[in-house]
Amino acid sequence: MSTELLTMTGIRKEFPGVLALDGVDFRLFPGEVHALMGENGAGKSTLIKVLTGVYGVDAGTTTLAGTAVAFGGPGEAQQAGVSTVYQEVNLCPNLSVAENVCLGREPRRFGRIQWGPMRRRAEELLARLDVHVDVSAELSTCSIAVQQLVAIARALDVEARVLVLDEPTSSLDTGEVEQLLKVVRSLREQGLAILFVSHFIDQVFAVADRMTVLRNGKLIGEYRTADITPVELVTKMIGKELQVLETLEDSGPTRAEVAGAPVLLSAEDLGRKGGVEPFSLDIHAGEVVGLAGLLGSGRTELARLLFGADHADTGSVKIDGNATSLRTPRAGLDHRIAFLSENRKSEGLVEELTVRENIVLALQASRGWARPLSRRRQDEIARKYIKTLDIRPADPEALVGNLSGGNQQKVLLARWLITEPRLLILDEPTRGIDIGAKTEIQRLVTQLSADGMAVVYISAELEEVLRLSHRVVVLRDRKVVAKRENQGLTADDVMATMAEGVQA
Amino acid sequence: MTTLTRIKGYRPQQRHLPILATMALLIGAYIFGASSYDAFGSGQVVLDLFINNAFLLVVAVGMTFVILTGGIDLSVGSVVALSTVISGDLLQKHGWPAYAAIAVVLVVGALLGAGMGALIHFFEIQPFIATLIGMFFARGLCYTISTEAYSIDNATIATLAQTQIPLGGELHISISVVAALVVVAVAVYVLAFTRFGRTVYSIGGNAQSAMLMGLKTGRTKIAVYTISGFCSALGGLLLVLYKSSGDPLNGVGLELTAIAAVVIGGTILTGGSGYVLGTVLGIMVLGIIQTLITFDGTLNSWWTSIITGALLFVFIVLQRLVTRRTR
Amino acid sequence: MTGLTKKRLFWPVVALLVLLLGDLIASPSFFKIELRDGHLYGNLVDILKNGAPLILIAIGMTLVIATRGIDLSVGAVVAISGSLACLWIADHPDGLGATLVAVGLALGLSLVLGVWNGWLVAALGIQPIIATLILMVAGRGIAQLISGGQIITINSAPYEWIGSGFVLTLPSAILIALAVFVLASLLVRRSALGLLVEAVGGNPEASRLAGLRSARLTWLVYVFCALCAGIAGLMISANVHSADANHAGLFIELDAILAVVVGGTQLTGGRFSVGGAVIGALLIQTLTTTVYALGIPPEAIMLFKAVVVLAVCLLQSPAFRRRLRRRPPRPGQPAPAPAPEKVEVTA
Repeated sequence: MSTELLTMTGIRKEFPGVLALDGVDFRLFPGEVHALMGENGAGKSTLIKVLTGVYGVDAGTTTLAGTAVAFGGPGEAQQAGVSTVYQEVNLCPNLSVAENVCLGREPRRFGRIQWGPMRRRAEELLARLDVHVDVSAELSTCSIAVQQLVAIARALDVEARVLVLDEPTSSLDTGEVEQLLKVVRSLREQGLAILFVSHFIDQVFAVADRMTVLRNGKLIGEYRTADITPVELVTKMIGKELQVLETLEDSGPTRAEVAGAPVLLSAEDLGRKGGVEPFSLDIHAGEVVGLAGLLGSGRTELARLLFGADHADTGSVKIDGNATSLRTPRAGLDHRIAFLSENRKSEGLVEELTVRENIVLALQASRGWARPLSRRRQDEIARKYIKTLDIRPADPEALVGNLSGGNQQKVLLARWLITEPRLLILDEPTRGIDIGAKTEIQRLVTQLSADGMAVVYISAELEEVLRLSHRVVVLRDRKVVAKRENQGLTADDVMATMAEGVQA
Repeated sequence: MTTLTRIKGYRPQQRHLPILATMALLIGAYIFGASSYDAFGSGQVVLDLFINNAFLLVVAVGMTFVILTGGIDLSVGSVVALSTVISGDLLQKHGWPAYAAIAVVLVVGALLGAGMGALIHFFEIQPFIATLIGMFFARGLCYTISTEAYSIDNATIATLAQTQIPLGGELHISISVVAALVVVAVAVYVLAFTRFGRTVYSIGGNAQSAMLMGLKTGRTKIAVYTISGFCSALGGLLLVLYKSSGDPLNGVGLELTAIAAVVIGGTILTGGSGYVLGTVLGIMVLGIIQTLITFDGTLNSWWTSIITGALLFVFIVLQRLVTRRTR
Repeated sequence: MTGLTKKRLFWPVVALLVLLLGDLIASPSFFKIELRDGHLYGNLVDILKNGAPLILIAIGMTLVIATRGIDLSVGAVVAISGSLACLWIADHPDGLGATLVAVGLALGLSLVLGVWNGWLVAALGIQPIIATLILMVAGRGIAQLISGGQIITINSAPYEWIGSGFVLTLPSAILIALAVFVLASLLVRRSALGLLVEAVGGNPEASRLAGLRSARLTWLVYVFCALCAGIAGLMISANVHSADANHAGLFIELDAILAVVVGGTQLTGGRFSVGGAVIGALLIQTLTTTVYALGIPPEAIMLFKAVVVLAVCLLQSPAFRRRLRRRPPRPGQPAPAPAPEKVEVTA
């Protein structure tokens, strides 16, 4: 193998209150695909942003082809040959494919754009990626896969030496993924150094030569793909929790008890194209069902279907044995289903409103505008939940946008708890929360279950899922691959299923 | 490969649908007019559409640039009025030579536009509010310069106004029409063949992406408002030629007509899609409706605005359906 | 102090006070209020009375803007409502009954127009600025259609009371505006309407996931706004004893939008302040009254208005404040990208 094209050593990056990267090393060889792996918050995107000059570093050096570099921004990085393609396609949908590939560097004569040569140039670049589309078509008429490839073509238009692909496959279907991986391989043959970020384990194993694993901002290690198994990789990504939580008092109902309880919600062949493949699932009153799977495995999509945040294109839902349809969140709310989204900011909080207002929002929505909760009642509720969940600052009138992530999460939890749901869906409720708050939320789940509330619990932390759940549903590549009773189930078993899709 | 070639089946008429509809409407209206009224069929009626609406056409071209970026310019009517008033003041009161006055008017218009563009870009004031302030400002300047209308009798202006360019037979056009068509031609060229023009479209498509693609979005934004200011000033000058007067009450509500013409011409108000030629068609449609109502003689003038509103409704719903289907 | 300057109503209130103070210094009799024939007269009363229609419309507009919308059609609704009411009264003998019917008809039609706007925005999903543009363009034509292109002059004491009557020394227009203000304030703050509207404007997706029925709310605010405009239309026509389809309420939508924005409600929706809009409307009305009272040539009103509004808008602009704080900017170095606090998606 040739010498390193890019090296990053001892990278350290601190944000107020968070050490995002702590002494991370990374290297990239020409003609290789190098996967950067880690769960959310591991520091992958921070590392990419440091590389492309979006962030400066607090310590550490980056060298490109032997010279130390510190890019002032993505533009500068691109000039130097480091091009990035993001998950969200950053192109203009209303312009033609050719323009999206070439605009900014289009061939011109006396300021006049040479449309003919521009189209040919775009066609050539796309042909290099084995894409043959009408380049004068509007980009929006192309599939997401083609758009993604157009973005890559644009990145290659400059003399790229390093190509960063940040989750390029997350919105593609199986056939499209194949196409993209083929392109990645052929670019590798052409000598490009490719940094590949993906949450899909098999894609990584299919295409990467080498992988670097990060966890909590720290480098876990660099491995050759040939030397590591999927199970080992997942273990390294997730890690074992170092600190053992204080054991929860066993107040929740037992598996046998919940199995005997009436079925609250029953989904049959429920599915949504591009979200999750059809699955069937019965949820009993008082039962905690854990969803395990890596990010992008379809666990969030499954939860959204159960609430009505998205509507299913296949299958049916019965609640208390009566067929019903969950077409809107409102339908979910009316059936006393609650859904705590993993995207606090975009799908949960109304940041410019106060803690109190955010807490009462769902309850108020279900009552309609004409039946307001009295201010006294609102204050009462807000104060009660601020106390119960230990929300800080303990000020109902604080703007929710100014709270820390953990406290925002508790506000949202309070919003749903006061609607007294029969089924509570929690998507990553403990992400980015300190250990104390985590325990509180877990204890709360156990207690709610004891009170007869069914809970669907999603977490990237397997220990947590296993500790709380009566049953664990494992997802992989947008498919339910296993439904297991939580009896003698170990994290290793689940991990093996998550990674390989076979029941261990 | 298999999945990708499928996508090739792209139909160009989709995004051209609104503009084709406008064209059909225009032709339909003309045929209707020609079959109902004998005089309507004469070519001069069509040419008169251009002669009567030349100033409006120029203003609407400027508006098209702004709307293509997803912005809006409410100040155009006031800037038109201001241009006529400045012309009147300089020519009549101060006895300036015509070309010097014309130069001053054009510079003032462009500067006003640039100022609004700067407010929008640097201080992130919404285009609606910034140009609304510009609207009041320009109209206020009009009144401070003169509360009375100037009657303009400058010799050069009179010559420019009265020159008729014969097109053979009985047909003729005015200098204003030539000026307006030159503006249209330049605008078509700039939008289709320059990086600036394509940047205008890219901002309307996705301003964030355009910036990440390394395009100079800030500069372009300021430039489109400058262009709109310049076009409004030029439109004001053409109005001076048309009416031989400078009146602070000129162009009240003109911004609405211009916006309506742009929308009927198929440009989408959220930006990123549309053509200057569509705007020309939009102006023609509004003009022909006016002409039809004049020919009819029994319909009152208010039907113009009601029909314009109805057309707006039809075209907006049409655009909505088209964009929904492409998504 | 810094906390105070951040308060949403701080700058508009300061601007209003500065303006009034300027008036007081320039013309010590500006604040003088007289009691003549049991009616109050004076500049301050004038500001309130003449500003009443604008206040009404600004109140309705505030709710629309809070949902991330805008209503350009209010001026047209003013003309339509006034024309219809005056048409009825002109055709029917003088009397309280005719006035009540006229008011009912006019407000009923306003309601229908609000439903139309709401339908375009909430059901068809058309951008509010475009949706209401339709009625803005067509509305004056409709008003002229109703009035037959004539200015309808009327002579009806009960109707004229709406615009120029007095109750207990106070002009009735002020009382009507006050009543609507109190009603609107109660409606939004005593019911859950205010909270839900702010939630929808603040984060539509989060609101949807919290189970809000935003389409109904949107519909409701457009109807309310049109009703406010309808009342304003009655008031304007009653004040001048005639309906002028061409000029009644011309550009009042722009003044109302300015009033709302100056009053601290952002065009991007979310948090709103009905009181702020009233202050904004008073500020704009005070500008006009000031110009007349101080003997500034009335030609300068527009210029004056542009400058004051620009100042208030700049003071409220976060980008402007950032630039002020970081001056002088180094040449050739672009300001660092602003933190993505709130992605603004506007027309």
